[in-house]
Amino acid sequence: MGISRTCQPPASGSEPISAETRLEWYTCMCTIRAFDREIITLNRAGLVAGTAHLYIGMEAIAVGACAAMGKSDLLTSTHRGHGHCIARGLDMGRMMAEILGRADGYCQGKGGSMHITAVSQGMLGADGIVGGGIPIAVGAALGLRLKRDDSVIFCFFGEGAVNQGSFHEALNFASIHRLPVIFVCENNQWALSAAFAKTTAGQSVSGRATAYAMVGETVDGNDVEAVFLAASEAAQRARSGSGPTLIECLSYRHEGHSIFTRQEIRPSEEIEHWKRQDPIERYRRLLIAGQIATVERLKEIESEVRSDAERAVMFAKNSPEPDPATALSGVYE
Amino acid sequence: MNSTKAISYVEALNQALREEMHRNHLVFIMGEDVGELGGLFKVTQGLLQEFGSDRVIDTPISEAAIAGAGVGAALVGARPVIEFQFMDFMTIAMDQIVNHAAKLRYMTAGMASVPLVVRAPICAGIGLGAQHSQSLEAWFVHVPGLKVVMPSTPADAKGLLKSAIRDNNPVLFLEHRLLYAQTGPVPEGEHLVPLGRAVVRRAGSDLTVIATGRTVHLALAAARLLAAEGTEVEVIEPRTLKPLDTALLSKSVKKTNRAVVVNDGCRSCGYASEVVASVMEECFFHLDAPIQMVCTKDVPMPVSSTLQKEVMVSEEDVVRACRTALAA
Repeated sequence: MGISRTCQPPASGSEPISAETRLEWYTCMCTIRAFDREIITLNRAGLVAGTAHLYIGMEAIAVGACAAMGKSDLLTSTHRGHGHCIARGLDMGRMMAEILGRADGYCQGKGGSMHITAVSQGMLGADGIVGGGIPIAVGAALGLRLKRDDSVIFCFFGEGAVNQGSFHEALNFASIHRLPVIFVCENNQWALSAAFAKTTAGQSVSGRATAYAMVGETVDGNDVEAVFLAASEAAQRARSGSGPTLIECLSYRHEGHSIFTRQEIRPSEEIEHWKRQDPIERYRRLLIAGQIATVERLKEIESEVRSDAERAVMFAKNSPEPDPATALSGVYE
Repeated sequence: MNSTKAISYVEALNQALREEMHRNHLVFIMGEDVGELGGLFKVTQGLLQEFGSDRVIDTPISEAAIAGAGVGAALVGARPVIEFQFMDFMTIAMDQIVNHAAKLRYMTAGMASVPLVVRAPICAGIGLGAQHSQSLEAWFVHVPGLKVVMPSTPADAKGLLKSAIRDNNPVLFLEHRLLYAQTGPVPEGEHLVPLGRAVVRRAGSDLTVIATGRTVHLALAAARLLAAEGTEVEVIEPRTLKPLDTALLSKSVKKTNRAVVVNDGCRSCGYASEVVASVMEECFFHLDAPIQMVCTKDVPMPVSSTLQKEVMVSEEDVVRACRTALAA
C-alpha cells in the first residue's frame, strides 16, 4: 500500500473553502514537515544517499498551489522538491526510498532527492540545476498545445533562479505564445548564502512580470489560502487562454540550504522572525479560532502524519540496495 | 525499391522533415528564422506554409529556452526538431542539452523519455570566423545519453534524419554547411538509414581511412589519387558518431593493418582521438604502423580564406597522412 496525501481543491471554485478541505490542507502541510524531519534523523544515521534540501517552513506554497491543480495538470519542481511531490500525491515510501538511494525509489536509486519524478502523476521532475526546469515547463505547455490537451503546468522555482538567463528567456517565450504556465516563485530570501536583497535588482520577483506582459502578483507564501487563491486565479487565466502568470510567494526556509550545508549565515533575529510566521502554526491557530477543528483533532492529525512518515522510513529502510548491474543500463532506450 | 532522384543535401533534409511531419502530427520544428525565412540555410523552406505556425515556430534569440522547450515538449510526448543556426550557438544551451536532455531517461530510471532532435550546421569554409565555424561533436559524444549523427551524402542526410526523428533518445544531428549544395541520388518516399551503422564508402586492402562528414569526400579524393599510384584505400564512414559502429571499423583495420582517422573537429581531445582509442583497443596487434590523425588545427578559426585553408583539414593533409601510415 502506498503512503500518500491529497490536497484537493474546494468542491467548487466559488464556494467558501470547506472545513474538510482546510483540514486536508493542514494535514498535507504537517505531512511534508514530518517527512522532512525524518530526513534529518536519517542523515544523522548516515542513511541518506547524497544530499537533500528540506522544505520545512515553506509548506503552504506547495499545498496551496497544488490544491489549485487539476488531475491532468503538470508540474516541474526544483532541488527543494519534497513538498511539491507530497502535495501532488506521490507515494512517500517510494520518495524516501529514492532519498536513501534504494531499489524501490521512484528513480530506482539513480536520481536521489534532487530528481524525484513521477511522470504518470504529472510530476515532470525535480531538478538539480537552478532555473533548469523553467524552460522545460514552457516546452511542456507547448507540447500540450500541440496535443490539443488543455491541461496547465505549474512551474516551481526559487528566487535564486530569477537571475538566471533561463528564467528570462522562458518567461518571454511563454508570454509571446500565451502558454498555460503558472510560474510559482518560492522566495525564501536566501539562495544558499546569497541574500535576495543583495543579489536581486528591483527587490521584487513579481515586478519582473511587467516586462514580459504577464500578470505578476506577490502573496504571503506562509498563508496556504492566499497561495491557493492566487494559484487558482492564475490557473483559470491559463485555462482560458489568457497566458502565463508569475506568482511570487514570500516565505523562508527554517533549515540550512541542504543537509550538507547546515552552516548558518542568516541573522538569528531574522530566522526567529520567520519562525513566528510559521505557516503550519498560523493555520493551526486559524483552524482553532474558527472552530474548524479542536485541539484534540489537530493533535490526532499530527500524530497520524508522524506515523505515516515513520512508515515511509520503514519502507525505505527495508527496500534493497539497487542491483549493481542496473548502474550501466537505461542510458538509452 | 524506391525510385531515386538527384537532389541536394538541403533538399534531402527538407524532404525528411516534410515526410516525418506528415507521418506524425506531433513532430514540430522550432528555432531562429526557421519559419518565414525557411531557415538561414533553407533547410525548413516551405514548411511554415505547409504545416502552419503551431508546427513551425519562429523563436526569439533564446538558445537556452529553445533547447529547454524542446526537452519539455518531448517529455510530454511531442517530437520536437530544434535548429541551431550554427553549432557554436549550442554553447549557450549546454545546460539543457547536457544536464537535461541527455540525463533525464537515466536519472528517472526510464520514466522520462526525450525524443528530441537538435540540428545544426558545423565547421568552417565560408569565412564566418571563430564563433560560427566550430565542430564541437566531441563535446557531445562525451556525454552519456546523447546520440550524435553526421551525414555526408544527401541520401544519408534524409535517411538518418528520418531515423533520428523516430528515435526515442535525444539526437544531435550535425550537418556540414559545405555539403548543403552537394547533390546526389536520394530515394523518394520512405528511406531510413539506421542509427549506429557505419558504411564502407570505398573498398580497399592497403589502408583504412575512417572519416566523418565533409572529410569523407576528402578521403575519397585522396583514395582516388593513391589508387592511381597502385595503393588501394578503404574509406569507412561512421555516419553515427555515437553509438559508434566499432565492429565495422575494426574489421576493416584488421584487414588493412593501417589506419588514418579524419575529422573536422580540433585535434586535442577531439573525436578522432576517440576513434583512434577504439581502434587501438581492438586492433593493436594487427597494426603495422602508428594510426595517423588528421584534424582541424588547434586554433580558433580565422576569417581570411588564406588563413582558413591553413587551419581546416584539406585533401593534401589526408594524402600526406596516408603516405605516412603506408611508409611506416
